[in-house]
Parts: sequence; C-alpha cells; structure tokens
Amino acid sequence: MKKHIAFLALLIAAACSASAAAQTSSELRFCLHSEPKTFNPLLVEDDSSETIRYLTGGVLLRQNRLTQELEPELAASWKVTDGGKTISFQLRKDVHFSDGTLFSADDVAYTMQQLMDPNLHSPTGDPFRSSEGKVQTRVLAKDRVTVTFPAPIAGLQQLFDQVAIMSALSPQKEMAVLGPYYVAENRAGSYLLLKRNPHYWKHDSAGRPLPYIDSIHIDIQQNRDMELLRFVRGEIDFVNTVDAEHFDRVMTENSALAHDAGVSLDSEEMWFNQVPTSPLPDYKKAWFTSTNFRRAISEAINREDLARIAFRTRARPAVGPVSPANKFWFNAKLQAHPFDQKSAVERLAQDGFRLQNGILRDRDGHAVEFSIITNAGNKYRESMATMIQQDLSGIGIKLNVVTLDFPSLIERMTRTFDYEACLLGLVNDDLDPNSQMNVWLSSSENHQWNPSQKTPATAWEAEVDKLMRAQASTLDRKKRKEYFDKVQEIAWEQEPFIYLVNKNALSAVSPHLQNAHPVVLRPQVYWNIDQLALTTNNNNSEVAKDR
Amino acid sequence: MKWARMFAIAFLLTLSMVCLLANFVAPAPFAHQFRDVPDAAPSHQHPLGTDELGRDRFSRVLYGTRVSLLLAPAAALLSSLLAVLIGGMAGFTGGWLERLVMAGTDLFLSLPWLFLLITVRALLPLNVSPITSVVITFALLGFLGWAGAARVICADAGALSKSDFVLLARASGSSGWRLLWHHLVPNLKPVLYAQFWISVPVFILTEANLGILGLGVAEPLPSWGSLLRELESFPSVSAQPWRFVPLVLFIVVVSTFHLVLTKEELPA
Repeated sequence: MKKHIAFLALLIAAACSASAAAQTSSELRFCLHSEPKTFNPLLVEDDSSETIRYLTGGVLLRQNRLTQELEPELAASWKVTDGGKTISFQLRKDVHFSDGTLFSADDVAYTMQQLMDPNLHSPTGDPFRSSEGKVQTRVLAKDRVTVTFPAPIAGLQQLFDQVAIMSALSPQKEMAVLGPYYVAENRAGSYLLLKRNPHYWKHDSAGRPLPYIDSIHIDIQQNRDMELLRFVRGEIDFVNTVDAEHFDRVMTENSALAHDAGVSLDSEEMWFNQVPTSPLPDYKKAWFTSTNFRRAISEAINREDLARIAFRTRARPAVGPVSPANKFWFNAKLQAHPFDQKSAVERLAQDGFRLQNGILRDRDGHAVEFSIITNAGNKYRESMATMIQQDLSGIGIKLNVVTLDFPSLIERMTRTFDYEACLLGLVNDDLDPNSQMNVWLSSSENHQWNPSQKTPATAWEAEVDKLMRAQASTLDRKKRKEYFDKVQEIAWEQEPFIYLVNKNALSAVSPHLQNAHPVVLRPQVYWNIDQLALTTNNNNSEVAKDR
Repeated sequence: MKWARMFAIAFLLTLSMVCLLANFVAPAPFAHQFRDVPDAAPSHQHPLGTDELGRDRFSRVLYGTRVSLLLAPAAALLSSLLAVLIGGMAGFTGGWLERLVMAGTDLFLSLPWLFLLITVRALLPLNVSPITSVVITFALLGFLGWAGAARVICADAGALSKSDFVLLARASGSSGWRLLWHHLVPNLKPVLYAQFWISVPVFILTEANLGILGLGVAEPLPSWGSLLRELESFPSVSAQPWRFVPLVLFIVVVSTFHLVLTKEELPA
C-alpha cells in the first residue's frame, strides 16, 4: 500500500512540475493548411512557406502592416540613388544569426547573388529583374553595402520586404536565420515547431529581449472546419483568415474572439471575353467589346446586396482595381458604380438594345443571353453568380451560371478562350501598382479579357499601357500616384473587369493572445509576431462560457 | 414485409404527386430571392424558412425532389435498357463476344465514375438552360451507369440460354430474335426490374454527390445535391433544425426505393 501511495505522490509531483513548466514557457499554436514546400526563403511560392519565411526571416526593410509604411529592420537606414538603379544600406551592428554566426554586409551580397542567380529561378527575385543585365553588389564595409541594378526599379525599396537575408558562412545554410524564430523541428505533414531565436536583435522599450513567446507550434490542418473547431476548443490561439460564414460562427460562440479588420486588398470581379479569336459568335463579341454594354451590366448588379447577402455584410462594394484598404494608391475620387437598372437600360439603348416582352434584344433581334463560368466549390462565387443572374433578369438578360472544376476553368480562360464571362477573385498581397503590371499591360498573359495583344486593341488600352509604363519608370511617388490614379479612372470608365466586392479581412484570435491587432495586410494576425505575448493557456470555449 | 412495400409505394406515389403539383403547392417561385429575409426561420410565408440567398426552402425542396424523382428513374431506365442490350446480347450469344463485352464492362467499371462525370460535364457547351443542364446530367448518369447491371444480366442471360426450356425451344425450331424476345427477355424481367429499382437511388445519390461538389444541376434550379450543400457547415446548421428537412426527405426516399423490391427480387 505504501508503495502505491509513494508512486501516486511521484505521479502528482511529476504532473505538477510538468504543469509548472507549461506555464513558464509560452507556446503559440496555430494551423497551416498545407506543409511548407521549402525552407529556402528565396524559393517561396506557397502560403505556408511564406508564413515560415515571415516568422523566421530577417529582412533589411519591413513594411509595417498597420501603417503601410516602410521601416528599417536589419538596415538601420537606406538610400535610393542613381535614378532608382542603386540602393545603399547602412546595416545594424552586432546582429547574429540564430546559430550565432555574425551578420555582415557579406551576407547581403551573398543573398543578392543567390536571389539573382538565373539557375535558382527565385520567385522572390522576379520583381528585381526589370531588365537585362547584371546586378552588382558592392560591400563597402562590414556594415555598408550597395546594390546596383541595370535599370531603375520603381518602388525598389519595397521589394526588400520579401528578401530574407541568408548567411554566407553558416554551416546551417538557410536554416540559420535572422528573424524572431528558427525551425527547431519539422514533422512532415504533421507539425512544425519554431523556437525563439536566442540571438534575435530586437528589444522592447524596457530593454527585454524579443520575442516574448518562447515557441510556436504549427499544426498542418487542411480542414478549415476542424481548424475552427480546434480554435473554439482553445487548442489553437488564432485563425489567421476566416471566411464570412465561419466568422459568424465565431461571433456566435464569443464575439470577443472574432476580429474584422475592415476591407482587405482582395477583390471579386467578373469580366467578358473580348478575345478576337475566341469561338464566340460575332454578335456576342460585339456586345462584350462595347463599353456601354459592360457599363450597363455593371449598373444592373446590386453590389450592396452581394456584400450584404453573399458575404454576410463582411465585404464592401468594390470601386476598381485598387481596394480602399490600400491607403496610398487608392484613387479616393472614385465611387463604386451604383445599382441603377434604369440607367443600365438607357445605356443599352444607345447601342441599339431594346426590351421586348421582358427580353432584351440587340439591334439584330438576338435575345441577350450569355453564360458566366466560375470555379465549383466556391460557395461565395456561386452565390454571387446566382444573385447576378436575378439582377440581370431585371433588365431582360438571361444569364446561365456554369460551375467548372478549376483545371477546366483555366483551360477555357487561358487556352481555348471558349467562354463568355468569368467570375473570379484576385488575391492581392502587394500594395505597389507594379504588382499589377502583369494584369494591365495589353501584352501581358494575365490581361484576362484579351491577353497577349501584339498591339493594344483599343485606344484606352494603349493609354493604360503608357500610364503603367510611365509610373514604373519614375521614382517620384507623387507622379507615380498621378499616373496610377488615371489608370484607375480608365478602368472605372471602361470596366474591362467589373469589380464586385472587396472582402473584409476576418480572423479569429484568442483573448489570451496579447498585443494582437489584426490588420488587412498579410499576415493579418501575426504581422507583429515579436510583440505578441500569451497569458495563461485557458480554453477559448471557457471564455465563451464565462461570457 | 408486404406492408412496408405498400407503404413505400404509397409514399413515393404521394410524394411524386405533390412534387408534380409543385407549381400549385409551392408558396413562392423556387428561384426568387427574397433578399430582405435571407436565412429566415420558418414562418407562415416560408414554411421551411429561406436559404442564404432568401429563396423559399420549401419551394426548393418540392422542385428539387421533382427533379430527382422524375429524372433518376429516367436515367435508371436508360441504363437498364443499355444493360439489357449489351449484357443480354453478350450472355445470349456467349463465346468470344461475351468475353469481349465483359472485358469492356470490367474496364468501364474500373473507371473513376465521379471524375469521368466531371470531365464529360466540363466538355459540354456552356450556354445551356438549367433544365437542359439537369437533363444532360441525368442522361450522362444513365449512359455511364449501365456496366454493373450489364454484368448481372449477362450472367443471367447466359444461364437462361443453357436452361432446359431454352433447349426445348431451340429443339422446336425457335432461334434468333424469336428465342430472345419470347423466351429469354420475359425470364430476365425480374432481374431487370430489380436492377432498375436499385439504380434509381444510386443515381439520386450520384447527382447529390455532384451537387455537393457544386458540379450538379445548374443554378437556380434546385436539386437534392444543391439542397444538401446547405448542410456543409454542420455547427451553424444544428441550431436551425428545419434545414435538415431535405436530408431527412433524401434518406427516406432513397430507403423507400429499396423497400419497393420484394425479398425475392433483391439481389443476393
């Protein structure tokens, strides 16, 4: 009996010590929907790898996700000269990689050399390759480095937000990092464990070393319902992006857990196929290339209803190619197109369309009927398409909604051009208009309504080409804004894309996560990861019960 | 179990009648979006509430059930006819033809049905009305669903062609078409009948699968697949039990189809 009591006492003591350990060392827990494809920060393409890069990578300059301003990180200061071809960095001293290796200008030179290596095919390096020629990096001193590009790059300094500096000397190669955490354990397909970088250079105002949280446990969880369930149970501390329906569920559980940061950069839009070689009948090509027709369709769509019903009020009617969330580049003079079916019919009448017994017909008597394709399984897009179907029936147009599996959709959109209208969304991470060059240049493959044009098909597309090139070739931010404002005005007038809504940035955050201020830019919740702290590891559902 | 069979037949007939009269019974057009009351609870105006776009759920259940109850038997009939044509001929003829047809059937059975349906559907023209799209979907199900039944019918036809009464018929001068039509087909009727009734719920389930994936009947026409998609987010649905009505009806209908068959008609 005595032996049993002693054993029990030992067990209780062990449990107590384990519990004490759990309380003293803080661990942040969240989920990724797939495992990261790479730990090399220069080869990042997928969201999960991007998350790891953000948490572990040290960058020279960082865009503050809250103020949207660029701030110095590993570079204490920087200067763009030579008409935008050269950028010079003054580096911080006494900074070490996670394995203790000293950080110096050689590491910046090594990273730039790797980044621009054509054999590496770094997606992060693509925006730096604006023209042919070699990128030269000069190490002026241990803490001074200059990078010279063959041609000027507008918004050059912003691009360094994505460039995590790698060590030239560390035997750990890309696993030696300068960010707040390093990858301590990786169980493929199961979880990742990140531990606090003991050599991280930042301290808080009281002089305490950052980050506050000791480790991050990231579970790989593909199922978003399960992720949310785990959050509500308190097994994870936040869900970085939540859709409108899940957001409502979190609100029902406990409104204190749900965070709506407001309108995001993401937009949903539709467009008509204007490809001259598409297998559409000529009369339909004539409809789709008519500005009046596109404007009329736009006016006949009730965007307020789309935002209110399809997105449960967690979206806003979209204005144009730039979301109001993009504080600097958004053209504030523009307003979302109002819902006005009377005006839509008047516009159509200008092109010879007329309503006959509730059916809209063109001047040759063809009943106006077209199909809109979207990807199957996306509930929000399917709902929007169905709502647009009812809206357009109000002006006598018959719309057929077709949901396709994604590969079939892409095949029709990019190869066969066998479609009439398409409804899709655009996920935008970058604030700078240069990130939209591949959409707005008429020669681009992503100029969706009429891609890869040899010469601009219309005068307004030629004007957009000119303005986009002009904004990309000047360093004067004010001038760039003027050019890009004009592009937004043309896009608003011509509506090659009919922008429908901008979704809100929604997330779910445990009240135990301190200093969390979700924002609209990615990563919404953990953008200030080194400032986040955890209180006691209580259950989120208990918080819900307490309410 | 006779009473169960009678109940099943009565239930299916009543439900079919109600659905056929949906134009008169439904409180609202199935596609109309009452945008002021999305996700509404049951009321006098909307007996089963409204869906997330504000469409009357009761009307959508009626029209969706009508689609499935009319077209699934049609697809089953098509697949049964194909099965009897292919399987019956192979079994009756025997020899190399039977082996060839059965090899083809095995190949057909090994194809991933759902992916095949998705691929074929993606190749269809885009500008078709929802009614045409639903007919095409069920026609595809009928054209692609004959293989299993053909195997059973082939085996049965093979056994029958070697039976004593067929030998006697042959001895008395019957051959070819006459032998097939007067002696074989009447004896294949029970197995055909069973295959037909088994196929109906299978096609209903397959359409529901496609609908849940968003690849079934085109909007705004309802079907059980699109109605069941509402249940994707179970936790939010559980607070609104009326949203389970399409699921309950779906389970009852699919089960009832199995009750229609007598014990003797059910496959072993």
